[in-house]
Amino acid sequence: MEPFTTLTSRTVVLAATNIDTDQIIPARFLTTTTRAGLGKHLFADWRYDERGAPRPDFVLNRSESAGCRILVAGRNFGCGSSREHAPWALLDHGFRAVVSTGIADIFRSNSLKNGLLPVIVDEATSGWLLAHPGAELTVDLASGTLSLPGGARVSFPIEAFARHCLLNGVDELGYLLSRSSEIEAYERRA
Amino acid sequence: MAAETAATPAVLHVDLHLIHEVTSPQAFALLRERGLSVRRPDLTLATMDHSTPTRTAQVFGGAPITIESAARQIRELEANCAQFGVELLGLTSEQRGIVHVIGPELGLTQPGKTIVCGDSHTSTHGAMGALAFGIGTTEVAHVLATQCLLQRKPRTLAVEVDGTLQAGVTAKDLILAIIGRLGVAGGTGHVIEYRGATIRALDMDERMTVCNRSIEAGARAGMIAPDDITYAYLATRPRAPKGAAWERALAGWRSLPTDPDARFDRKLHLTAGTIEPMITWGTNPGMVVPVTGTIPLAGPDAAFARAVGYMGLEPGAPIRGQPVNVVFIGSCTNARLSDLRSAARVLRGRRIARGLTMLVVPGSQQVKRQAEAEGLDRVFLEAGAEWRESGCSMCLGMNGDTVPRGEYAVSTSNRNFEGRQGVGARTLLASPLTAAASAVRGRVTDPRELL
Ligand code: SF4
Repeated sequence: MEPFTTLTSRTVVLAATNIDTDQIIPARFLTTTTRAGLGKHLFADWRYDERGAPRPDFVLNRSESAGCRILVAGRNFGCGSSREHAPWALLDHGFRAVVSTGIADIFRSNSLKNGLLPVIVDEATSGWLLAHPGAELTVDLASGTLSLPGGARVSFPIEAFARHCLLNGVDELGYLLSRSSEIEAYERRA
Repeated sequence: MAAETAATPAVLHVDLHLIHEVTSPQAFALLRERGLSVRRPDLTLATMDHSTPTRTAQVFGGAPITIESAARQIRELEANCAQFGVELLGLTSEQRGIVHVIGPELGLTQPGKTIVCGDSHTSTHGAMGALAFGIGTTEVAHVLATQCLLQRKPRTLAVEVDGTLQAGVTAKDLILAIIGRLGVAGGTGHVIEYRGATIRALDMDERMTVCNRSIEAGARAGMIAPDDITYAYLATRPRAPKGAAWERALAGWRSLPTDPDARFDRKLHLTAGTIEPMITWGTNPGMVVPVTGTIPLAGPDAAFARAVGYMGLEPGAPIRGQPVNVVFIGSCTNARLSDLRSAARVLRGRRIARGLTMLVVPGSQQVKRQAEAEGLDRVFLEAGAEWRESGCSMCLGMNGDTVPRGEYAVSTSNRNFEGRQGVGARTLLASPLTAAASAVRGRVTDPRELL
């Protein structure tokens, strides 16, 4: 995994609340057996019309969204299914952070394991971000802060171990494997 | 296995890991990349459900599977299980079925176990007093390789229900009402314990229906304390402990229920007697009304307008009488034997409305056989419904069983998200009674009119 330290990018805004993982990537694209190449199916049913042509009014299809790495969304982003294909698709498209007032548990956990940073902010910050698409933000993971264009900084919560893994680009599997002898001892007792 | 600290989450040892064809291939790939093996194949069980066909000719007759990528996924699971030594209940196995139906049915789901699966409805297993929750594919790899997961302790939410459910009101209606009250994010960060006299009175199938949908309120897990109903259910199951092992297990299980004076981070109380048959009108499970009610006139945010637009419904109109094109009886929420009996109770001696398509998809091959032994298949076929092999089917439409664009489906499954049952499909979630009654009339129907 690529380390995540700081990220500066303009935002793409999807103001809808409760964006579920079926919207992020519909089930018909889950018959894949690899992680790669899911970006083209990201938000497929919002992004393309019935004939598969891009809908010009959908934000990801507009030129100003190109190169944006921060997605700002309405509350309870990523609810529903546990499909890790959702963060894979967001990452493959180029996103590295999602900002919302609430992010669903399984999606948040899946995102952290893949280097997609879930940033949970208060209502006021979220309200401002939703109203200002394209704002340039800086996310600093080490200090757990998000900087807004005027210089204002808000902090966001992040679980200590997940932060450590992201900052260093290491994954949890290595840590779990390093505890094999304890796992073995536990299994002998059980 | 190890408690959490400020710097590190707890290391949680997993007692049962269930896997299926859709969320496991990339996990096995990770093991291969790192040269790792499956640490405890004996605690791992694989089945096929999500993208598997439900047509008998495709399951047993060797007919080609319609979707080539789905067929590939099935073959890949077979190959992975063979290579890593994991038991697979394959396509033609008599014990195959939806992962959350077969765990309890086989007696593998037991009180006090930690159970995970790469599927959000793993919360179902909490009905047996297990701590069970859905994980992503990377975590599937963690469990395959180490039998452990890193977890922080969740907050607790008690949902207490008292009183008696009215006739025609089922566990599905109860959980729809609970989700309506909590909202789709109300349980985020929490594990729910369902308590109270109403919950105690539910049978195991009904308890599973309730716990299944905890995730629809945002809670990763939902549980019910084990009791004599739980033990009676487990006693006859093929993979439950037997003899002296059963006695030992039982003694352990009896110590599990929450202390009477336990404190919860939050509480919600409901009175069962006021709950009516419920049905969703919108595009998330929290958008729900009594079947006798009307579509709301307004919502808290822009999601309301989007939902009525997608659903093609009129704010303020009654939901009852809404024309229906498709009825689906199935999914890990409502495809156990008692659910099929419940639908058959309405359909016996009746026919589904002309032009309506109805699919009945049992939750497992065992459920299918039991239903056939009772003649339920005849009831469905004579009513004009299709009777299929088990699987997730139209719950998420991965295997080609989909609701056509723009059509209305009353479904016993658990999600009504945009496009969940097919691109442009409009889903109304309800109980098997309401779904069957709506199939007969071709319109959303209060099942109490047909009981
Ligand atoms: S029946 Fe539906 S909800 Fe249940 S496991 Fe299958 S796809 Fe998921």
